[in-house]
Amino acid sequence: MSANARHALRLRARVDFPGFRLDVDEVLELTGVTGLFGPSGSGKSTLLRVIAGLEEGVNGSVSFNDKVWQDGTVFLPACARPVGYVFQDARLFSHLSVEGNLLFAANRSADQGIALAEAVSAMGLQPLLQRHVDTLSGGERQRVAIARTLLTNPQLLLLDEPLAALDTQRKREILPYIDGLPGRFGIPAIYVSHSVDEIARLADNVMLLDGGRIVAAGRVEKILNRNEPRSSQMGFEAVSVLQVTVLEHLPELHLLRVDHHGQTLTVPAVDRVTTGESLRLSVHSGDVVLATDLPTGLSVRNVLNGTVIDIAEDPTGAFAKVDVDVNGATIRAQLTRHAVHELKLNAGSDVYVLLKTASFDRDF
Amino acid sequence: MPDLGPLWLSLALAGITTVILLVIGTPLAWWLAGTSSRWKPAIEAVTALPLVLPPTVLGFYFLIVLGPASPVGGFWVRITGEALTFSFSGLVVASVVYSLPFMVQPLQNAFESVGRAPLEAAATLRARPIDAFFSVAVPLSKRGFISAAVLSFAHTIGEFGVVLMVGGNIPGKTKVISIAIYEHVETLNYAEAHVLSAGLLLFSFLALFSLYAFRRGSPAYVR
Repeated sequence: MSANARHALRLRARVDFPGFRLDVDEVLELTGVTGLFGPSGSGKSTLLRVIAGLEEGVNGSVSFNDKVWQDGTVFLPACARPVGYVFQDARLFSHLSVEGNLLFAANRSADQGIALAEAVSAMGLQPLLQRHVDTLSGGERQRVAIARTLLTNPQLLLLDEPLAALDTQRKREILPYIDGLPGRFGIPAIYVSHSVDEIARLADNVMLLDGGRIVAAGRVEKILNRNEPRSSQMGFEAVSVLQVTVLEHLPELHLLRVDHHGQTLTVPAVDRVTTGESLRLSVHSGDVVLATDLPTGLSVRNVLNGTVIDIAEDPTGAFAKVDVDVNGATIRAQLTRHAVHELKLNAGSDVYVLLKTASFDRDF
Repeated sequence: MPDLGPLWLSLALAGITTVILLVIGTPLAWWLAGTSSRWKPAIEAVTALPLVLPPTVLGFYFLIVLGPASPVGGFWVRITGEALTFSFSGLVVASVVYSLPFMVQPLQNAFESVGRAPLEAAATLRARPIDAFFSVAVPLSKRGFISAAVLSFAHTIGEFGVVLMVGGNIPGKTKVISIAIYEHVETLNYAEAHVLSAGLLLFSFLALFSLYAFRRGSPAYVR
């Protein structure tokens, strides 16, 4: 099973709660990490729980790669579905040590597959094995929870906002571990979050869930910056996702120099990154500055050449969305309509795209 | 030296009652903790009845239900050859009912405070429900089990009215420590009544003291 293998999750479910209905009928092609993004109360967690078999009494069907987990007559209980579930609150067993928690999973799974030592090293748990789980930090708890889940040899990983309860520092600490998961173990993952930065950083594909329905799905760089006005309705600012390659690590400055389609950017260093590695960066449209002349004497480090491809003005508000093509990638800027007019921006205008290094440092 | 027969009989009765209650009270408490059945309040009320009824009411009904003339009592006579009333077996049956809330309520509270979350986690780690119960719910409810067992045991040691009505006062069969004290007082044998009463007082205090000390000192987990 390689990281790029495609997996099909067929999902049809209708769950009624007071004042809320989850209604999904989709075939999800899963590869790598699929972000499941939506505002609070949009049904993200419920959808994961249906897939995992934790919502009994749900009308619907779930099958994974042509293996039926649930339909009108069959209901595989959660313990019989090859699904790994990482809960927002980790749910470690407080009567067991870290090692005890890992062995709980290892002892109940087949011998072949992910070995204990492998999971321990992937999540950096060796120094924690004898610790009691009540003494762990939030980030450590989630690393233990992920390792524990890996030891069940899941065919599908479900991560339910695993970082939501963590502060920024803890997020930074755990993200590299999650980032490397699909490549290392070749398991497709659905990653639930209401943080657009997390999704942009981790997910290859993204599904938008709103009001209990999947309203858009596709590559992360397309969905996150091409879904106006949906994104604003759903309460997130449009984000441009930049696919870059690491050129150089400048440890004394804590910076990385990266290549973005032939142009160089300087961004804050992230942990565990190696030269030549691909990274995904996200930049909020409100953090993007456009200029028609090359500015001098500015603190902004990153200047990219681009061409305006589209301008969408909001006639009832102050702002306009300006999409700029930068060597084939699209970066969206949110400008005032006033600025658009003063700079005489039109489709086809050549512009400089200015990106503050700090704008890559939002959440992590 | 007082006759220690009633003491051993009380300990045997309380021990057997506690073991039986663990076996039947655990699934009942587990069901009550997890169910949303409309029968739940009725079952909870029945379970709590021994807390509020006078022992004489329970004893009176036990005499009727366990007596050789009743279906239950008659069945017992046919298979064992002896009556349930005025026997040690009858005392065990009565004690199990009488101490039921002292087993079920602490266990139900413990299971409710463990909640669904760890069991869902166990299920996603491939633990079947019965496995998850014994490997997650029971160890996480350890304090509830200890409270329930200590309280059931101590409450059975201390029972009097139900024992008197169902068992009477037969040495070696139904004359437990509380009955022996009653008899010593009735016969103005205060010296022996003092010894047994003080012993029971001390025992009860130590049982409760160790329970509360354990609750206070013990962390919420076991290694």
